[in-house]
Amino acid sequence: MDAPTPRSRTEISGGAHVARKHDSAHKHVTGSADYIDDMAEPAGTLHGYLGLTDRAHARITSLDLDAVRASEGVMTVLTGADVPGSNDISPSDRNDEPVLATEKVLFHGQPVFAVIAETREMARRAAKRAVIGYEDLPYFTDVRAAMDADYPLVTEPLKLERGDIEAGLAASPLRLKGEMRIGGQDHFYLEGHIAFAIPGEDDEVTVWSSTQHPSEVQHMVAHALGVVSNAVTVQVRRMGGGFGGKETQSNQFAAIAAIAAKKLNRAVKIRPDRDDDMIITGKRHDFVVDYDVGYDESGVIHAVDATFAARCGFSSDLSGPVTDRALFHADNCYFYQDVRLVSKPMMTNTVSNTAFRGFGGPQGMLGGERMIEDVAYALGRDPLEIRKANFYGGEGRNVTPYHQTVEDNIIARIVEDLETSSDYQARRAEIIDFNESSPVIRRGIALTPVKFGISFTATWYNQAGALVHVYQDGSIHLNHGGTEMGQGLNTKVAQVLAEEFQVDLDTIRITATTTGKVPNTSATAASSGTDLNGMAAANAAQQIKTRLVAFASEKFSVPPEQVEFIPNHVRIGNELLAFGDFIKMAYQARIQLSAAGFYKTPDIHWDRASGRGRPFYYFAYGAAVSEVSIDTLTGEYQVDRVDVLHDAGKSLNPALDIGQIEGAFVQGMGWLTTEELWWDGKGRLRTHAPSTYKIPLASDRPKVFNVKLADWAENREPTIRRSKAVGEPPFMLPISVLEALGMAVASIADYQVSPKLDAPATPERVLMAVERLKAMVADAEMSGEDEANV
Amino acid sequence: MAQSHRTSIRFRLNDQTVEISGFAPDLTLLDWLRLDRRLTGTKEGCAEGDCGACTVLVGRIDNGLLSYETVNACIRFVGSFDATHVVTVEHLNRPDGGLSAVQQAMVDNHGSQCGFCTPGIVASLHALWLAEPEPTEADIERQLQGNLCRCTGYEPIVKAAIAAAKTIPAVENDRLVAAYDATTEALAEFTDGARVTIENERGTTYLPADLNDLAALYEAHPKATIVAGSTDVGLWVTKHMRDIAPVIHIGHLEELKHIKTDEAGITLGAGVSYTSARGALVAMYPQLAELWDRIGGEQVRNMGTVGGNIANGSPIGDTPPPLIALDASVTLRKGDNRRTVPLVDFFIEYGKQDRQAGEFVESIFVPALEDDVFFAVYKISKRRDEDISALCGAFHVTTDDEGLVASARIAFGGMAGTPKRAATAEAALIGQPWSWDTIQAARVALAEDYQPLSDWRASAEYRMLAAQNLMIRFFLETCGAPARIERHPAMAEA
Repeated sequence: MDAPTPRSRTEISGGAHVARKHDSAHKHVTGSADYIDDMAEPAGTLHGYLGLTDRAHARITSLDLDAVRASEGVMTVLTGADVPGSNDISPSDRNDEPVLATEKVLFHGQPVFAVIAETREMARRAAKRAVIGYEDLPYFTDVRAAMDADYPLVTEPLKLERGDIEAGLAASPLRLKGEMRIGGQDHFYLEGHIAFAIPGEDDEVTVWSSTQHPSEVQHMVAHALGVVSNAVTVQVRRMGGGFGGKETQSNQFAAIAAIAAKKLNRAVKIRPDRDDDMIITGKRHDFVVDYDVGYDESGVIHAVDATFAARCGFSSDLSGPVTDRALFHADNCYFYQDVRLVSKPMMTNTVSNTAFRGFGGPQGMLGGERMIEDVAYALGRDPLEIRKANFYGGEGRNVTPYHQTVEDNIIARIVEDLETSSDYQARRAEIIDFNESSPVIRRGIALTPVKFGISFTATWYNQAGALVHVYQDGSIHLNHGGTEMGQGLNTKVAQVLAEEFQVDLDTIRITATTTGKVPNTSATAASSGTDLNGMAAANAAQQIKTRLVAFASEKFSVPPEQVEFIPNHVRIGNELLAFGDFIKMAYQARIQLSAAGFYKTPDIHWDRASGRGRPFYYFAYGAAVSEVSIDTLTGEYQVDRVDVLHDAGKSLNPALDIGQIEGAFVQGMGWLTTEELWWDGKGRLRTHAPSTYKIPLASDRPKVFNVKLADWAENREPTIRRSKAVGEPPFMLPISVLEALGMAVASIADYQVSPKLDAPATPERVLMAVERLKAMVADAEMSGEDEANV
Repeated sequence: MAQSHRTSIRFRLNDQTVEISGFAPDLTLLDWLRLDRRLTGTKEGCAEGDCGACTVLVGRIDNGLLSYETVNACIRFVGSFDATHVVTVEHLNRPDGGLSAVQQAMVDNHGSQCGFCTPGIVASLHALWLAEPEPTEADIERQLQGNLCRCTGYEPIVKAAIAAAKTIPAVENDRLVAAYDATTEALAEFTDGARVTIENERGTTYLPADLNDLAALYEAHPKATIVAGSTDVGLWVTKHMRDIAPVIHIGHLEELKHIKTDEAGITLGAGVSYTSARGALVAMYPQLAELWDRIGGEQVRNMGTVGGNIANGSPIGDTPPPLIALDASVTLRKGDNRRTVPLVDFFIEYGKQDRQAGEFVESIFVPALEDDVFFAVYKISKRRDEDISALCGAFHVTTDDEGLVASARIAFGGMAGTPKRAATAEAALIGQPWSWDTIQAARVALAEDYQPLSDWRASAEYRMLAAQNLMIRFFLETCGAPARIERHPAMAEA
C-alpha cells in the first residue's frame, strides 16, 4: 500500500448501498485487465485445437488421424480412448456427455479429437486433416419434429399441478388454445472459452479456466484424469462475460487441456475460434409452448394447462433444472386457480443447450405472457388490464403452481408507479390515434411485469464460502467462491466487507477465485453471487471481529459493547485507534486474523417428485413499458422508448445494479428480436459468428431509455443488507418489446386478433404477422361483402 | 524505370519505430501485436471484423495531413501497415500516464462490465474524440456500429462518449496530439516510393511502388491475391485458413485513392475506402447517405473499398445495386491495357465476373443524377446496422413531360446469384403513368425477375415480398409520403 494517509473517522469510502465503480474499471479501459489469453505463458507452452464432426448424427466407422499426427508441429492427438479417467463430463451424473465422442457423434460440430501442437495455428491446421468414416443415422434438430418422432427425453420431465385442471377448464366460460415458438440464444460473451493447464508434481495440475463454476471444472478435470479432487486446482480472475455460457461449458476445454498437459508435461492452452466456440457450446433452450386456457369475460384466468417442450440437444447438461425453472415462471405474476404445467426436455441432434441468464425462466414467463396477450385480444382489451386482473393477491390467490405462497408481492405497486411515471395511458391513446391515420408505419406500446424466483432449485447449491485475511498492516485480502464476469460481484462483496470492518474500500484487495482457497463452491449463477458470497464474506468478517472485540475488551478492560468499529478506526472505551494500529496490536497479541466464512440460505426446500415446496427464498420484481414503431411494408422496426422500474431491494450498489438492468434489458431484447439461431437441412448451425448472428448494437438500444430502481423496496428476508439479486430478473423486462411489436401488428386488425408473434421477432416474422392479419381482414371484408350481397 | 526496392516495412507502433521483414503474407496485425509484441490489451473477439474488440487506431498521411482511423486488427495483414502509425490501447492514456478523457469518462459512467470489449470501444471512442468535438448520439452510434458489447446495453458507453467531448484533445492530454509533428515527419520519411517485397516460407508479400508497378506485378503474378482493405480476404485466412500467397497490397497506392467529381459524375479510384468516398458520393447522391452509414461498421468502412466490393462479386454487396441503378461503369486494367464495362455486365453469374487473369479493377465511374430523377436505395437486414443485406434494392426512374415513365433501372442484391436488374418490372413501368396502379403492376411483375433463396438471413418468401413492398415504399416516397422508420431523421443528409 501507499504511504499511510489520514483516513476519515466519520465515514468510510465505498461501503454498502453506494454507487461505486467496478473494481477493475481502470484496468478495463487501459487494456491492463488480464484475461487468460493475456497471461504470460511458461516456456514450452503448447496449444490445443479440437477436431469436430461434420455430421448431425452418425456412427463412426473409421477414424484416420495419421495426417493430423504428421502435420507440422503436432505433439500429440487425443481421442476419447486417451482420456485416462472417465470419458464423461456430464454435470447431471447421467454419463451422457463425452469429453470426446467415440462410437457415435450426436450433433454437427461435436468434438471427436484434439490436436496439441507447438502453436495454435499449427494445431488448427492439423485438425482439418482428419479422415473420419461415418454411417449416417436419422436426426432431428427441431423440437416439434423430435416430439412427433417420439424422440427420447434427455432427463425426467416435471409436472406442477394444483387444483383440478380438467374441471377448471370445463367450467371456464371461455377457452383458448395456442402454440408459441420461442427461439434460443447464443451467449456471445465477448471472451470466448479458454483453458490453460499447467502440470504440477505427482498427479497435480492447475487449470486457469474461463468458468463460472471453478469447483465443477475441478471435479470434472479430476474425473477425466482419474485423480481425486485435491490434485486439481482451478483458478479464474475474471471472465470476459459468462451469462450462463460458462457454467458447465468450460468443462470440456479444461478437461482436454489438463489431459494434454499431464500427458506431455507441458503447459497447454486451448482457445477455440469464435465460430467453433459457437458451434461446440450450448445455448439458451428453444421452446415450443402448447397451452389451453380457461378464462371469463372479465379477463380473469381460471385454468391453465400447458406443455413446455425444449430443444435440449444431445445430452442432459442442465436441461432438467432449466425446464423446471421454465415451469416455475409460467405463472409470472399471475394466480391460476387450476393449473397443470408439464415440461418436455426433448433430445435433439443439436449442441446440448445449457444455462443462460434466466435459466428457462424467461421462456416460461414468455409463454405465460402469451396467454395473457391472447386473452386480451380475444376480449378486445388492453393486455395491461388483463394482467392486473390476474395478479397474485387477495384471499386464496397467493399460491403458486408449486405450492409456494407468494409473501413478498410488490408487483401491483411497481406497475402502478410505472404506469404513472411513464404516462402509459395517454401514450397508448395517442398511439392508437396515430395508427388510425398512418398506413405504413404503425406503433405499439406494452407494459409487462416480472416476478422472478431467487435461489437455486437444487437446494444444496445455496451455500457459499469466503476467506478473509487481515494482514498486520491492516490491509485486507478478500477471496470468495464467486466468479467475476463483469457483474461487479467482487466490488459488491468488497463493499460488504468494507462496511463490516468499517474501512475504506481501497483497504481491501480482491483476489482471483481459486478452488484452493474456498472449496466446494456453487456456480456463480442463478443471480445468487452477491446473496451467497456477500453473506459468507460478512460471516468471515464477523468471526474476525468477534475475536478482535474479545481481545480489545480484555486488553483495555472494557466491556465488549464498548468496543466499536467506526470508520477506519476502532473505539475502545475512551481510546481511539486507527484500524491498522489496532490490527498490529492484535497480531502481536497472537489474535487469529483470518477466517473462513460460510453461508447457507435458510428456509428453502423443494420436493421435485411431488412438485411442492418453497424453492425460492424470495422473489425479485420489476416492470417495463416499451414503445416501438414498425414498418408494415418490410417488418423493420425500432424501439422508441423504454421505461423500467425495477426492484433490487435495498441496492448494495445502485450504479452496478442499473448497469445490470440496462444490460439485461438489451440482451433480452436481442433474444426476442434479432438474435436468430438457424439450422440448415443437414443439421448444421449456420448462425455461428457475429456476421450471421446479430446481437444488439448501440443503435438498437432504446432511443429513450429510462431505468429506475424502486428506491422504496427492501427485501423482507434478511438477505445481505436487505438487497435483492439483480442478474437475471431484468432479462425478462423486454417481453414488453415483443408485446409492443405485437400491438403494432395487431393495429392491422383493429386490435381484435392476437398477433401471435413468435420469438425472435425478426423483421421477417413481423412482416409475416402483418400479412397474416391483413389476410384475415381481407377475408372478413370479403365475407362481409358476401353477406351484404345475399 | 529505375525503381528502389525494400525488403522490410517500417512504421510507428505507439511510441516506437518498427522495421520488420520476413513475415508471413497472412500474418494479422492482431496476432503480431499479441504474440510477437505481447501487447495484449487489444483482444480477439471474433476474428472476422465484426465485434471490434481488436480495434486499433491507424494514422496515415492523407493529402499531407496525418489523421487517424479505426481498423480491425484481426483481419488486417501486417504488410499493409507500411508508413503508418499503429496505436493500441496501451498508448491511449495521457502523456503523464493518467487516464485519457475517454477512459476516464468510461470509468465514471460505468461503461465497462466484463471489460473484454472495452479496449476496442475505447479505441473507437478515442478516434471519435479526436475527430468530432461535438458528437451527436447519431455520430456515436455510427462510430460504435463495429463494436459489440454484451454486458452494458451501451447506454453508459454513449454517455461516456458525450462526457469525453467536454475535454478538448491537446498536447498535454493526448499522446497522438503531442507527437503529431514528429509522427508526420516520421511517416513522410518512411514513404520513399520503393517497391517492397517480403519473402517468407509461406509466400511473398508485395507492396507495389505505384499503380504502374501494380499492373506489372499483377500481370506477372495473375494468381496473386490483391488486398485493399482485407475486409473480405482477411476472413479467407482467419476463418477458412486459405492460402492467399502471393499477396499484393494496394491500400497504400495514392493513385487508386483519387476521387474526381465533375458535371458528368464521379470517378472513384478502386482503392477509395467507403469512408473516403462518402463525402463526394453523398454530395451528389444524397439518397446514398443512409445506405452508406449501414455498410459494415466504422472500422470496416475505414478499410473496405468500393472497388473491392465490386471486384469480389458478392451477390449481397451493398454498393452494386445503387451503382447499377445509377448506371455506373467499371474500368479494368491489365498491364497497360484498359477497358470499361457497364457495372451490370461485370457480374456474370455467382462467383464469376468479367475479369481476366491479371486484370484488376482500377476505377469506377458513376454518372451524375439528372434533375427530376426519382432515385432511392433501400437495404433490408435482420439487424439495422452492421449486418449483411437480406436484400438491397435500388430504383432509378425518370418520367417524361406527360408524366409517363421514360426510363427505369431497378437493381436488387440478395435476390439472385449476382446483383441483378429487374427487367420485367422495369418493362412494366416504361411508358406508363407514374401511379399507384402502375407500381402495383410492376410489383407483380417483379416476381418474374427473381427466384431468391432461403437462408439464415431471410426466407425466399420474405425476400420476394419485401422486394415487392420496397417498390411501394419507393412510390410513396416519390409522392412525399412517409414510408420508413428513421432513427435519427435529422442525420440523413449529414
